Amino acid sequence: MSGLRRRLRPLFIPALAVLSAFLVGSIFLVLTDLKNIALLPTDPVHAVTNAFGDVLNAYRALLQGAFGDPARFATAMQTGTPKAWATAFRPISETLLAATPLIFTGLAIAVSFRSGVFNIGGDGQFVLGALGATIVALALRGAPAPVTLVAALIGGIVFGAAWGFIPGFLKARTGAHEVITTIMLNYVALQIVQLSLRTDFLRQSSSSQPISKVLDFVRVPLLIPLTGLRLHWGFVVALLVAVLVSWFMFKTTKGFELRSAGLNLTAARYAGMSAGGSIILAMAVSGALAGLGGAFQVMGTVTQMSNDVNSGYGWTAIALALLGGTRPGGVVAAALLFGALNNGGHGMQVETSIPLDLLVFIQALVIMFVAAPNLVRMIYRLKPKGSEPGAPAEEGAAA
Amino acid sequence: MRLELRDITKQFPGVLANDRISIAADRGKVLGLLGENGAGKTTLMNILSGLYRPDSGQILVDGEPRTFNDPAEAIKAGIGMVHQHFMLVPVFDVVESVALGEEPVRGVLGTFDRSAARARVVELSNQYGLDVDPDARIEDLPVGVRQRVEILKALYRHSDVLVLDEPSAVLTPGETEELFGIIRSLAAGGTTVIFITHKLNEVLEVADTITVLRRGRVAGTVLPHETTREELANLMVGRDVELTVVRGEAHPGEVVLELKDVFVRDDRDEMAIKGVTLEVRAGEIVAVAGVQGNGQTELVEAITGLRRVDSGHMAVGGQAIDGASPRKVSDMGVAHIPEDRTRDGLIKAMTVAENYVLDSYHREPYSHGVRLNRKAIAEHASTGVQEFDIRTPSIETHVGNLSGGNQQKVIVAREFSRPVKLVVASQPTRGLDVGSIEYIHRRIIEQRDAGAAILIVSTELDEVLALGDRVAVMFAGRIVGILPSAQATKEAVGMLMGGVH
Repeated sequence: MSGLRRRLRPLFIPALAVLSAFLVGSIFLVLTDLKNIALLPTDPVHAVTNAFGDVLNAYRALLQGAFGDPARFATAMQTGTPKAWATAFRPISETLLAATPLIFTGLAIAVSFRSGVFNIGGDGQFVLGALGATIVALALRGAPAPVTLVAALIGGIVFGAAWGFIPGFLKARTGAHEVITTIMLNYVALQIVQLSLRTDFLRQSSSSQPISKVLDFVRVPLLIPLTGLRLHWGFVVALLVAVLVSWFMFKTTKGFELRSAGLNLTAARYAGMSAGGSIILAMAVSGALAGLGGAFQVMGTVTQMSNDVNSGYGWTAIALALLGGTRPGGVVAAALLFGALNNGGHGMQVETSIPLDLLVFIQALVIMFVAAPNLVRMIYRLKPKGSEPGAPAEEGAAA
Repeated sequence: MRLELRDITKQFPGVLANDRISIAADRGKVLGLLGENGAGKTTLMNILSGLYRPDSGQILVDGEPRTFNDPAEAIKAGIGMVHQHFMLVPVFDVVESVALGEEPVRGVLGTFDRSAARARVVELSNQYGLDVDPDARIEDLPVGVRQRVEILKALYRHSDVLVLDEPSAVLTPGETEELFGIIRSLAAGGTTVIFITHKLNEVLEVADTITVLRRGRVAGTVLPHETTREELANLMVGRDVELTVVRGEAHPGEVVLELKDVFVRDDRDEMAIKGVTLEVRAGEIVAVAGVQGNGQTELVEAITGLRRVDSGHMAVGGQAIDGASPRKVSDMGVAHIPEDRTRDGLIKAMTVAENYVLDSYHREPYSHGVRLNRKAIAEHASTGVQEFDIRTPSIETHVGNLSGGNQQKVIVAREFSRPVKLVVASQPTRGLDVGSIEYIHRRIIEQRDAGAAILIVSTELDEVLALGDRVAVMFAGRIVGILPSAQATKEAVGMLMGGVH
């Protein structure tokens, strides 16, 4: 029991943070609803009840957009047709699909943070991973599909890893700060993609846009064989990779070195570990994870390479890594939350005409509350972590 | 001003940090507050300076009960603190640092009246013999002078009570002597001084009364001329302590560490070691004395593979170690106890077990291939914890939560847990309490008697003299003298340390 409680404890503050974000978000939902505010002077009772109803409505639409409508599940059970099932499952399928690239990039950033390097280049590594997968897939066109698929995924890993290796190497050898180099390499990556998409090898000849040939011959297999459900095996692989990352970081010698370097580089060096080696390895692993995410995105979700393959996943990943406490399990949970918010937000927009921007606002509030755990503790009157700020550790240990 | 704390109690979760502590300091007197790490000294001073509120008990200033809700109120009541870690802005000059927050102003715009502030700083430093250049930048000043700036800061705020928290921890012996002079002149001028330390000699030298704390309680209040080092140590630790380690005759064997004309550069690329030649034999302890910053750090880093050698030759057991990596050196049987335990030796946010294999995790049986063997690591760490009496709730506790003495024991236990040919120990007992010092010294001598060659670098003269079978003195990057222990007197070594020979 106490073991379970201890395992759940890290979730406690984030859960409260999410709750707080929704509560504060509802205030803004009410404030932006001019209709009810206009009603306030003449009919305050209705104005308040309407506002209350609207908020509930909005959040209901959000939840249904993210996880599905119970009524549709009921219909599916009654009729039992594949089409009805597909309709019922579509929201959750889309949520998991939206979470997939976020899990990969979130893990990538979490690994780098744990190792004491700040990889801000998840974006670049992600698009180059997608590009690498595209190039390998097109080069092997005609080979058996499973072979092409695996080779293309490896291509994504290699390209991403290479794009992480460069700033890692620069830092280890010359001390160039990785925050600067990774940000700059994001731009370089975008230009490489643009340039590559002009070549005849990649370009879709029928299109005037910089967009690649369709990769329909190496589609990542769909997870549920129902028409209309786009969720593919990339999601399952993402979960497995999270387990693998967890094993790597906490159960292997290399992971031990990375964590040591991340917590105290000097002590790691004194203990005989290679500081430069750890930095390079951390950046390469981080890049590889982001690159694999890009590969799955281009071959599973969008099927054509273009600059639109990425929508800021590398940046969102920074928030996810922090939200998940840089633990692989936490990152997965955070990615699922963001997937649900993104996807549910679309549902909310369609059903209630509340702009998507409010959803972005709520996401920002979630991050803000998570980043300020003491604020959450204060709001809910939880005991602060240490008994008193600055209670001396050595005195505490004297007992 | 007479200051009295009466029955102060402060509870932290799981720890009774202060248990009905009463102390008193009279006007113009020096109260020495002696205690081991974790005895409750710092908590008590944080209560006095308004950082913590006591659960119960009274603070009496000139007989009147006072409560301080924050440090500003304590300062207003005339209580000035000089913390162990200085609170100064590196890019400010002395006048700015001292006046910060209490700046005299002039004109309608209220601009900083530097000359008024400067005049007062100069006046105070003359009055109390605090020799400081008022226009020097803080970052250019040595540690000892920065401490004087902190004292000036307190005096500038009209402190009648000056609290010094472990003031000598960062000072050289010479600087400590000067500090004592300053304390005496402050007391003579009517300031009440509370001097917190864990060093017996210092309270005996400078205090008018000594209150000893142990485990959050007052273990006794004594007068320096009526007590002895032994009695104080007893009060502090709660049992008999051997103050001078028993060190049998050394039986030096063959040469283990050999340095020949070694030159090493420091971080600023200047030559920090200028031709050191030194031999350490199996079964002997060579203690390197010297004021901090005379190349000792660079010497140790060079031997342990952390710093490149410019020229010269180094060997361990006849095998060259020039250009060898830290791991290679450690694999050759070199144990390293680094200078700063939490900076260099431990990872605070990792567990005792993880820290215990920090330099051996890659070896069997602690890992097979890439996989760590948690079970073997846990067994290894548990053995070490038992054997070295490391006080920790469990091996899964973060090292950062242990006391300084126990942290150091984790390092020593780790380094001695594998076959050792050579021990390189840098400041092995810095900041530790008497009990831990005794323990670590004993362990080092055990290693010597088991046939290891030992090189100790320390700025504590007492430690060098207590341990060294031979004492080498470093000055300005050179070894200016090597004395056998019989000839190594405080005076002789002290002269060499100052560069006189």
